[in-house]
This record gives sequence, C-alpha cells and structure tokens, in this order.
Amino acid sequence: MEFNTNFILGCSAIGAGLAVIAGIGPGIGQGNAAGQAAAAVGRNPGAKGDIMSTMLLGQAVAETTGLYGLLIAMLLLFVKPLLP
Amino acid sequence: MGHGLLLSAAENIDFMVHGIFKYKFFGHEVWITTTHVSILFVMLILIGFAIAANITMRKATEVPGGFQNVVELIVEKLDGMVEGTMGKAAPRYRNYIGTVFIFILFSNISGLLGLRPPTADYGVTLPLGLLTFILIHFAQFKYHSLKEIWVGMCSPLPPWLPIWFVVSLIGEIAVPISLSLRLFANILSGTVMMALIYGLLGWIATAWPAALHVYFDLFSGAIQTYVFCMLTMTYISDQVGDN
Repeated sequence: MEFNTNFILGCSAIGAGLAVIAGIGPGIGQGNAAGQAAAAVGRNPGAKGDIMSTMLLGQAVAETTGLYGLLIAMLLLFVKPLLP
Repeated sequence: MGHGLLLSAAENIDFMVHGIFKYKFFGHEVWITTTHVSILFVMLILIGFAIAANITMRKATEVPGGFQNVVELIVEKLDGMVEGTMGKAAPRYRNYIGTVFIFILFSNISGLLGLRPPTADYGVTLPLGLLTFILIHFAQFKYHSLKEIWVGMCSPLPPWLPIWFVVSLIGEIAVPISLSLRLFANILSGTVMMALIYGLLGWIATAWPAALHVYFDLFSGAIQTYVFCMLTMTYISDQVGDN
C-alpha cells in the first residue's frame, strides 16, 4: 500500500483542528463557575478571597479536559505519529 | 505564494526540547537537554536565595527590616496556605509543599528570563506527580488498616463483591497522570503560543508580547502552581483524615 505523506499530514491537521473543539466544554464550565462566583460575591462581599481561590481552583481543574484535547492536537501537528 | 510565507515563518518557530550533548551511561545513550540547563538556572537562583536568606536569618533582629521581611513574608504565606488546607497535619507536610511550591513557581516564570520553562517538559512534571502519588499512598497505609482500604476501594458495593475495585484502582492511577499532565499542558501551551507569536510575526512582535508574557508566564504559572499544591494537599489530607 502506498503512503502519501502530504495526505497524512493534511489528515493530521484536520484531526488536530477537530481535537481542539474539546475547548468548548471547559469554556462553558469556566464561564459558569465565574458567573456563580460573581453572584456569590454579590450576596456576600466579605468572603471575596475564599470565593476567588475556590473559583480559580475549580476552573483550573475543569480546564484539564480542554488541555487533553490541546495535547492531542500538538502531538498530531508536531510529533506526527501517523507518518510511517 | 501563501505557501512560501508559511514555510519561511515556520523555520523560526522553536519551542521543542533540544539535546545539547550526549554521553554513554552503562550502554544507554543519555542526552543533556535544554530542560537540564533551565533547571540548573532555576536551581542556582533558588540556592542563591536560600544562602542569602540563611545569612540574613542568622543575624535576625526582633524588628525585621529589608530582606528579613521578605523571607518572613514568604514563609508565613506558605505556612498559612498549608495550614488552611491541611489543618492538624500541616506541620508534617509544610516543608515539602513549600519546597514544591517555590520550585514550580520559579520554573513556570523562568520563561520571563528567556529560558524554556522546565515544567514544559513531561519528564519534569511526571516525577512531581509521582511524588504526590507516593505521599498519598504512604499516608493511606500509615493511617488506615488494610481492611479499611479494601472496604473503601469497593465502596458503593459490599466488600465481598469487588467489581468496583477495578474502577477505584484506575481512578487512583489517574491521579498522578492528570496532575502532571495539567501542569505540563498549561505551561507547554503558553510556551507554544509565545513561540508562535514571536516566530510568525517576526519584527511586528517587538513590545506588545510583554502583555502576553504577563498572562502566560506570570498569571497562568502562578495559578497552576497553586492548583498543583492545593490538589496535593487535598489528596493527602483526605487520607490523613482526623488522625
């Protein structure tokens, strides 16, 4: 079977583009967390420090799934594992 | 036409780990890479700071001034962070957490010095994750009996039906992997984006990427340091419990 390098590279680029669609999920999740935190600060301005640190921690954990997608995209683009 | 532009620009982009020289170690080929050099610089900075702090604290005064103030502030903040999360177990773990915090923080912001951040190499973050893993399970076996661990691992189902044990086991193994991958991917994405901006824009990128450095290196690096230490402390204090 004949391998066409350009074809594989093009398909890798498409795959990388599809992989970073994973960024939608963390975007929604982080926005939700930030909105809830803003509402919490509005109700209880005294607890702003605690709310901020909890929000940042939760957002950073929620970000992980998006980063997995980014890692897959980078592997496809720069390490090129599909090339024979 | 566009093809040529892309190719010419792509040659300037450089964010990979490069080998500097290699040597034979018991028949294996071992490379000294740019990560080792960056880590050496970070360690030199930290050791210099530690020696300066030691000299200052030897002749510490009742009313702190100048450098002694800075050292006391750092130690107090780190101790406060550990105590706020771990409660009674804090005195046993604050040395380790403080060390890891300062090391990861300096590694992350070393991109400002023009180095490639050491934490953008999976070979640096995986050992950090494995250290956390070992600490978690050391605490688990120290403060719980084998029967308690078995019941906990089979938790939603009765302990004589260990179907859930496999799922719990995978969950335990995922902890160091997700911890290390989170730190690695965050710092790597910052490094790659800065390299793309510097490489693709050429002379256009003269002054304004400084603002992006503030976000990718300072903000993101500090947040990820905090998250790594916070998660380590939470996992460990889950196992330590009320003991």
